[in-house]
Amino acid sequence: MSLTEPILAGNRLSISRLLTQVENNTVQGRATLADLFPHTGKAHLIGVTGAPGTGKSSLVNQLALHYRKNEDKKIAIVAVDPTSPFTGGAVLGDRVRMRDLSGDEGVFIRSMATRGSLGGIAQTTASFTQVFDAAGFEIIIIETVGAGQSEVDIARLAHTTLVVEAPGLGDDIQAIKAGILEIADVLVINKADRPGVEITERALRSTLELAHPTKRVYRHHGQNMSVAAAESEAETLWIPPINKTVSTEGKGIAELVESIAKHAAHLRQSGDWAARDRARLRSEMDALLREELMRQFHENIPPTKYDELIEKVFNRDLSPYEAVQSLVDGTVPHPNLLTKGEGTPFPIEGRATDEGEENRRIDVTTSSS
Amino acid sequence: MTEKKIRVLVAKPGLDGHDRGAKVVARALRDAGMEVIYTGLRQTPEMIAEAALQEDVDVVGLSILSGAHMALAPRIMELLKANGQNGVKVFIGGIVPDEDMPRLREMGITGIYGPGASTDDIIKDVREAVKL
Repeated sequence: MSLTEPILAGNRLSISRLLTQVENNTVQGRATLADLFPHTGKAHLIGVTGAPGTGKSSLVNQLALHYRKNEDKKIAIVAVDPTSPFTGGAVLGDRVRMRDLSGDEGVFIRSMATRGSLGGIAQTTASFTQVFDAAGFEIIIIETVGAGQSEVDIARLAHTTLVVEAPGLGDDIQAIKAGILEIADVLVINKADRPGVEITERALRSTLELAHPTKRVYRHHGQNMSVAAAESEAETLWIPPINKTVSTEGKGIAELVESIAKHAAHLRQSGDWAARDRARLRSEMDALLREELMRQFHENIPPTKYDELIEKVFNRDLSPYEAVQSLVDGTVPHPNLLTKGEGTPFPIEGRATDEGEENRRIDVTTSSS
Repeated sequence: MTEKKIRVLVAKPGLDGHDRGAKVVARALRDAGMEVIYTGLRQTPEMIAEAALQEDVDVVGLSILSGAHMALAPRIMELLKANGQNGVKVFIGGIVPDEDMPRLREMGITGIYGPGASTDDIIKDVREAVKL
């Protein structure tokens, strides 16, 4: 039975079942997602990220409560927690902070594990948001794993990214490092009733002042999200506002919601809304393409050959680059070309074997001796 | 790339505040490679059924040490069925007197575990019940 119709009608069990199929990458799941796709593109995606323990889940709880009470919008929450790298298991505990939302038909909370993704969200998180979008949820809040400094994939997914800080987590050097603070559309200092909130605010504000007004270009995976100067004087630039909240008491939430609404209005007015949508879809297609090419590639290669190559790499007969190149070319390098132990380059087009590389090698050896 | 994982909701219905057992089981199931959704203390049957629905879990684990299992368990079973989640397996851990066990099993509770139960047994039983 197709899940498409019941999902468009907002049937909760069907939504839930489809999310599982999408997460497990089933054929039916992909087909239903394709049917639903024309119905997507309406929701406002809000990303919430920040270090573990800054209060992301409680903040999401408050945001959702506010939207339900004051704007009567349907809210979906996708809460991501990490998968164990050793066992593949996970404990997903974000719901513990969201109990105020239970019993409300206008809220749908779904927990998901990263299943090996490193960017702070799972590979299928984008697809989850599409399911909710098609099912008529107007605001979709994505809570990332407790993020360190470089889990920035959320900026490629969300229209508006909230970076949540808390007092006492680091000085102004932390604040000028690249990474997570750069992706903030709205900065939130949660737990603002704690001592040290002024210091945190000053550090964040000075960071914002150091930055030159720039226009961000959201690139896809593997490429930098580049910055470019404003194209014209008239082009308005978004300076991330700093909001202070105490999410356990609901303080500052109305102001935060206002900042989010202003950002959405800015995106629509400046054309960035469409730009972000396009960038997101591009990065999703890139990821899918990579996965599909990998799959096809492995289908056409006997697993034994792959294992043989791994063995050669393990024995230092081949470098990983050379092994991959030979797989792509369909050739197996002649063993005579390889001189074990000296790192003799295997003649491959495009590989640097110039003096610069020699020098680099020498540098490495001298500096390590 | 991806594989089916067993998803388990671990919940504590009712009013007792002893969540150590629930946390031990959650951790053990995690280490067995399952995805455990932990909801915390003092959940009503309605909250548990709603979470089970939204999370599309295969298994619900209830930790009850208050003695209210004969009131809570049937209500939760009823709500799961009303939501169309007939396939969900329900396990109970906690203090359940022997004489209540047959009636709980009749209601469709898959497994009941008291003090001293081994997490290995629980993991084995969950895997068998779900058969992915």
